Amino acid sequence: MIETIESALSFLPLGLVALIIIVGKILVLVLPLMGAVAYLTLAERKVIGYMQVRIGPNRVGPFGLLQPIADAVKLMFKETIFPANANKFLFISAPVLTLAPSLAAWAVVPFDDVLVISNIDATLLYILAMTSLGVYGIIIAGWASNSKYAFLGALRSAAQIVSYEIAMGFALVGVLLAASSLNLGEIVDAQRGDYGVVNWFLIPLFPLFMVYFISGVAETNRAPFDVAEGESEIVGGFHVEYSSMTFSVFFLAEYANMILIALLTSIMFLGGWLSPLNGILPASFLQGEGMLAMLLGDGIHWLLAKTSFFLFLFLWFRATFPRYRYDQIMRLGWKVFIPITIVWLLVVAACVVGKVGPWW
Amino acid sequence: MSMVTNYFKSLILAELFRGLWLTGKYFFRKKITVQYPEEKTPMSPRFRGLHALRRYPNGEERCIACKLCEAVCPALAITIDLEERDDGTRRTTRYDIDLTKCIFCGYCEESCPVDAIVETRHFEYHGEEKGDLYMTKEKLMAVGDKMEKEIAADRASDAKYR
Amino acid sequence: MSIEQIIFYVFATILVVCATLVVTLRNPVFCALALVLAFFTSAGIWIFLEAEFLALTLILVYVGAVMVLFLFVVMMLDINLTVLREGFTRYLPLGLVVSIVLIAELVMVVGPGQLGLESMPVPIPHPEGYSNTKEIGSVLYTEFLYPFEIAAVILVVAIVAAISLTLRRRSNTKVFMKPEEQVVVRRKDRVRLVKMSSESNND
Repeated sequence: MIETIESALSFLPLGLVALIIIVGKILVLVLPLMGAVAYLTLAERKVIGYMQVRIGPNRVGPFGLLQPIADAVKLMFKETIFPANANKFLFISAPVLTLAPSLAAWAVVPFDDVLVISNIDATLLYILAMTSLGVYGIIIAGWASNSKYAFLGALRSAAQIVSYEIAMGFALVGVLLAASSLNLGEIVDAQRGDYGVVNWFLIPLFPLFMVYFISGVAETNRAPFDVAEGESEIVGGFHVEYSSMTFSVFFLAEYANMILIALLTSIMFLGGWLSPLNGILPASFLQGEGMLAMLLGDGIHWLLAKTSFFLFLFLWFRATFPRYRYDQIMRLGWKVFIPITIVWLLVVAACVVGKVGPWW
Repeated sequence: MSMVTNYFKSLILAELFRGLWLTGKYFFRKKITVQYPEEKTPMSPRFRGLHALRRYPNGEERCIACKLCEAVCPALAITIDLEERDDGTRRTTRYDIDLTKCIFCGYCEESCPVDAIVETRHFEYHGEEKGDLYMTKEKLMAVGDKMEKEIAADRASDAKYR
Repeated sequence: MSIEQIIFYVFATILVVCATLVVTLRNPVFCALALVLAFFTSAGIWIFLEAEFLALTLILVYVGAVMVLFLFVVMMLDINLTVLREGFTRYLPLGLVVSIVLIAELVMVVGPGQLGLESMPVPIPHPEGYSNTKEIGSVLYTEFLYPFEIAAVILVVAIVAAISLTLRRRSNTKVFMKPEEQVVVRRKDRVRLVKMSSESNND
């Protein structure tokens, strides 16, 4: 498809064509992502409503399906209020600094064997680096708001993100050991095998999977680790002073990060776009051109299904668990997760050297 | 020993999964939301909503300006002025209830010796301008005239419990 | 100018400007933020040198963790600038001497003589499939194993020292919560049901 676009644009200079194609790729990724973010907010309200025996938004459009659009329009037409004595430049740039890294991380995420904007070697490192940058937006927002609550929220969030990054990084080291590659595409390929689900890293790396996903919940400041927002104690934390679009940009970033974490978890531990039916059904069902083979075989739809499951878990957690106390969050990160990951790294390393099971 | 078992118990997150199971079950429960404008919950005849001033069946206003409601009102929302009419009866010239002060406790209705001031079932009202929620005597009488049937029926149905 | 050169000069300009701002800006928070940007752009330049592992590690470690803690501290501090500026003229000669020595040393190490394409040839682009990460790993665990391990030990010593210097058990506080004990508390540990005969009134 890209070739046909290239040939259609051949009257333009070569650099411009490359630029157009890159921008096109980015748009093709970002626009559905923004749509997913918008509808994730609706899904969140619906799911939490259902778990609280309510039905959630249902007034705007059928089943409330137009609710996110109504919300977006409402937020767009609101006034941005600057707190007194706030630093305007930093106040405005903070939401941008939160959104930019969370979108930048998507550049290297593969959706398929070929569907990826930039297929670089050090994908895992890049993603870890980008997600670690998101904390700046929060810190700057807290500082520039010139408000005690915002500042407290920013401090909490900074300490929390820095602590959980370590556990997260160690969990990723386990994946890296198991797949012996930093490239997400190769990590998925390493989970391909004759036994289908058993070949996924979920089983050998189960503790790391748990640690990664829970750290991911903590990294995105979601319940039960949402002390940075903590509306019952610090009235919304770092974004108390934000209104209208600046506020919604924070939310875009938070939800984009949620989707990213869910997607990465399914890529690294649940075989990404590999079909779980591999090894159960005979191979003739899964390969070929037919509709059924497309549906049952490997493909982006499996990745999206797995991602949706993890996103549902995010919402389920929020509907279930009360907020952690701050010192317990720190204890969990430093005294529980890091030791678990270190121990399991040794186990994984031993398994890789000993070529245990169907994985290595 | 129990320390070790406790350690592993917390490690497999058993309690968290129990919590998730509970909310997961509720996910499929029948929802109890009332679709408000279309559906309404049943309402008691004792409901305390918008105020009204009633009349006797012959059209004479009931209120005798005894000021008991003004005295009992905990929010000081009622203001009453009075005069002696030409026929020698005592009537109000002014009967104001500030709905923004009112706490809808129903004491005015309880205290009224002639059942003049009542609280109706009507609660879906609004004010668009400043002062719209300041009920004057005319407004209160108008509400009473409009809803007299319902008010009388409610009082009658509740009478045997009083 | 090729596109690479343009990008390099853009990055280099941002880097130099940021580095200057770090030492000239009045507000320490802005200084820290300028330093963050400086790290970030230097990581970009490293990527040009095909050192993507180092570049990403720079972002991850320095930008993502170290500078966050830096900002943390700087924001918490209430720095009184007038006190800091006291005695500027008194320290000026010493400061000038130190900075001149520093500049001289820097020029000796990275002066014009040491730079230029003659002494530093353009690195040859690596073929496709070359993994920077793998190369660093293989060198780190063979040739530079001892320095690597020694650095690790030094870091561990630093961690232990930092913790032992800052950790203080406050024995006088009564409320020292131990979550690991709290979560395993059961009803039978705390509550005892007592059977009592009801009191009689006719005494």
